[in-house]
Amino acid sequence: MTARNRELLNLFVVGLLTACGFASVYLASQDIPEFSTTSLSYAGFFLALFLAAHLVVRYALPLADPYLLPIAGLLTATGLTMIYRIEPGQAFRQGVWVVGGVALFAGVILFLRDHRRLDPLKYTCGVGAIVLLALPALPLIGHTVNGARLWIQVGPVNLQPGEFAKVLLVIFLAGYLRDNRELLSMGFGRAGIPSPKHFGPLLLIWGLAMLVLFQSNDLGGGLLLFSIFLAMLYIATGRWPYIAVGLALFAAGSYVLYHLRDHIANRIAIWLDPWQDPYDSGFQLVQSIYAIAGGGLFGQGLGRGVLISDSGEPYIPFLETDFIYSAITNELGLAGGAAVVLLYLVFAYRGFRIAMLADDGFSKLLAAGLTATLAIQAFIIVGGVTGLIPLTGITLPFVSYGGSSVIANFLLVGLLLIVSDHVNRTAER
Amino acid sequence: MNPQIRRLFFVFAALFLAVIGIGTYWLWRAPDLEARQGNPNEVVRQLTIKRGLVLASDGKTVLAQNRKQKVRGRTWFLRRYPNRGLTAQAVGYSTIERSRTGLEESLNDYLTGSNANLSTLVDRVGDKLRGLTQEGNDVVTTLDATAQRAAMQALAGQCGSVVALEPESGRVLVMASSPTYDPNLIEKSFRRATNVSAPCTPASPLLNRATQGPVFIPGSTFKIVTAAAALDSRRWSASSTFEDPGYCIEYGKKVFNYADQSGPHVYGTVDFGEAVENSVNSVFCDLGKALGVRRLLDFTKRFGFYDDPPLETPGEERSPSGLYSKGKLFDPKDPSQVDPGRFAFGQERLLVTPLQMAMVAATVANGGVLMEPHLVDRITSPDGDIVTRTKPDEVRRVMRAKTAAALTPMMVQVVESGTGTAAQISGVDVAGKTGTAETGRDNENDTGFIAFAPADAPTIAIAVFLQDQDGTGGSTAAPIAKTVLETLLRRIT
Repeated sequence: MTARNRELLNLFVVGLLTACGFASVYLASQDIPEFSTTSLSYAGFFLALFLAAHLVVRYALPLADPYLLPIAGLLTATGLTMIYRIEPGQAFRQGVWVVGGVALFAGVILFLRDHRRLDPLKYTCGVGAIVLLALPALPLIGHTVNGARLWIQVGPVNLQPGEFAKVLLVIFLAGYLRDNRELLSMGFGRAGIPSPKHFGPLLLIWGLAMLVLFQSNDLGGGLLLFSIFLAMLYIATGRWPYIAVGLALFAAGSYVLYHLRDHIANRIAIWLDPWQDPYDSGFQLVQSIYAIAGGGLFGQGLGRGVLISDSGEPYIPFLETDFIYSAITNELGLAGGAAVVLLYLVFAYRGFRIAMLADDGFSKLLAAGLTATLAIQAFIIVGGVTGLIPLTGITLPFVSYGGSSVIANFLLVGLLLIVSDHVNRTAER
Repeated sequence: MNPQIRRLFFVFAALFLAVIGIGTYWLWRAPDLEARQGNPNEVVRQLTIKRGLVLASDGKTVLAQNRKQKVRGRTWFLRRYPNRGLTAQAVGYSTIERSRTGLEESLNDYLTGSNANLSTLVDRVGDKLRGLTQEGNDVVTTLDATAQRAAMQALAGQCGSVVALEPESGRVLVMASSPTYDPNLIEKSFRRATNVSAPCTPASPLLNRATQGPVFIPGSTFKIVTAAAALDSRRWSASSTFEDPGYCIEYGKKVFNYADQSGPHVYGTVDFGEAVENSVNSVFCDLGKALGVRRLLDFTKRFGFYDDPPLETPGEERSPSGLYSKGKLFDPKDPSQVDPGRFAFGQERLLVTPLQMAMVAATVANGGVLMEPHLVDRITSPDGDIVTRTKPDEVRRVMRAKTAAALTPMMVQVVESGTGTAAQISGVDVAGKTGTAETGRDNENDTGFIAFAPADAPTIAIAVFLQDQDGTGGSTAAPIAKTVLETLLRRIT
């Protein structure tokens, strides 16, 4: 079976699951269960959208990896179904964002064609990332949601530029690290300490991450950016002391901020003991844990979970964004939650596989960096809402409600598929 | 770079597996998390279970049942109490907002079918996969609905409690507490449900006066305990005689007998039976001094004083009887801290539950052996199988059979011709003892009456206690005991 036919088959399976999910939510929402085609039309629309994406890939990237797009599709469908279950009105808006994401995905594939064209643009991308990160700090357009200054308003839409900055950062790092990996690897004895000048870029990015953290109050975003950097630095140099020093720096920086900002101090205290203040500061995490534990092994059933109170308010604030994983686990159980987590792991496996097959440094670093970005982001939020690590608000890729996140992640998959096609093409030759 | 990428993949694999691991950990902790307040999953889960019924001893009269309601494609079972306030304290309530009380709380695991053993757990998973409703077990209580109704009617408009036991088994036939409330109203309007008018403050309708508090001063009903201690010590017998000057001297001061318009009674030479029959304080005062606080205290503990009365209701709804100091149970290390004379006739700082005093009567009725009281006769599964059945359980022998045998005719005399004549039932010998305790407030006595019948072969022991009465135990509590005894005797024979 060719890669594209395999992808098509996978997408049909995803479409079937989507239909079941929507139908289940729809039936559960009615007092007297009555079937309607409305619920199926969502699934039909969804399948059509991904078939279009598939056709673009079939036309432009015939040899690309056949699993990444279906995984992205299944995660998106899971997210849409949960959002539809929590707040049907938002599902429509999210659907529009998904259309936008797929359009960008198709656009990048059709117009970029070859990711190596990004190589000369690496510094532009680096500067672009910084600009995007700085945008919310501007007066007028920037604004604050839930204590974090991460948003800009452009006309009627709110955007989170940080979601796009991460992709640009990966492109910059792929180029920069490819050029400087020899230099950065030098100066080590066996497990020696690198000379201070090699720490330059590390310190710069660390400073940037800390600035993001301090300026926007966004621990999750700062952690994500810095982790992407450390992961790529490790891949490029193979020097674990970078990781050690980097993590130590991040911890030290956070420690200082810990004392400067109550926001961060709270997060860590809550993580250490969620029940010290279960009705106020610990409320979100405690309710999230109740939802996860309440799901049992196979969940309460789609559409039948304990998510919304009689008054129509969700039991966990930010249920459809930060806490969507808790909602999924409540309704689909530990099995459903584990399935979602394993989808990210399979995504990481396929993405890293592309990187390992690539024969040039830029492709390798780009594919590995993009893959690591998605995996790290998923881990930060899923680990956060389950109480494994301190909770920091960040979207669950493809699943959480949020336009910037969905669009940026489709861009990420598009780039990854371009690299994949290129890698498989060179391997065939 | 490939080795680094491979290693990084394994790091991610480890991290994601850790997420699944902590999910598993929370699942394992779920039973503990469910018990926490503010867990909506638990509240909803309880609502989707078809709770078992709570029934009276006839197995037909429904004390608690369910009302179905459809919510978001699920059937919720909300609790209804068709007999309203009849057994509101003992059975309690189960609501969304206010959690649970009474048997509804303590038997929750049975009522929800969560009394887990391996086979029920396997069934549960199967039921869940098939989308079946989890069904609870039915609880058949020992309460006699007719007698309970008679007791509640007799108590209406007063603050008090009636407890009736079957002496040889410990079955609780009646457990009534007044004022009562309508458990159906708790969910919607807690304030309206509990805002009842009563001749005592606070009215506390939720308080199970039969077992909780304790709110009652035993007064002379406690003399049965003192008499049992004296007779059991073999220093006195039924034929012992006492000289009553109308008072007894304690700490150099005179403590007088019960007084009416003509002043304190003076009985002169009386035997043990006459002292009980006429409730002569000075005799018991002297007995108390002779026995000493330590012995008397030890004897009360044989009856179960100083322990939570054994029963299936929640522990926090049962309080021990005994001496109380500043609102706390007081077990004196030094006997001189307690006045032995007043202690012996049930004053001092004694506080009792009607259940405890019914246990005293039941022990005498049962030849000196105390049986463990119980409210639950049996628990049956939805298929009708018996899950558990309560077997009579002996707590201990409190007194010699001879002591009990000697006390019985004395108590019969109380009803025949002493202070408890209002409890006479034609054709049946009733053995009883009245109590009228001063509360320190004018014209407000705690009155009580403990009894058993028929005296020669007792089938029922009873305790009636009332708050804030201007009459005596004989005029207020004894008639209520008579009514309830008559109802029960008619039903048993």
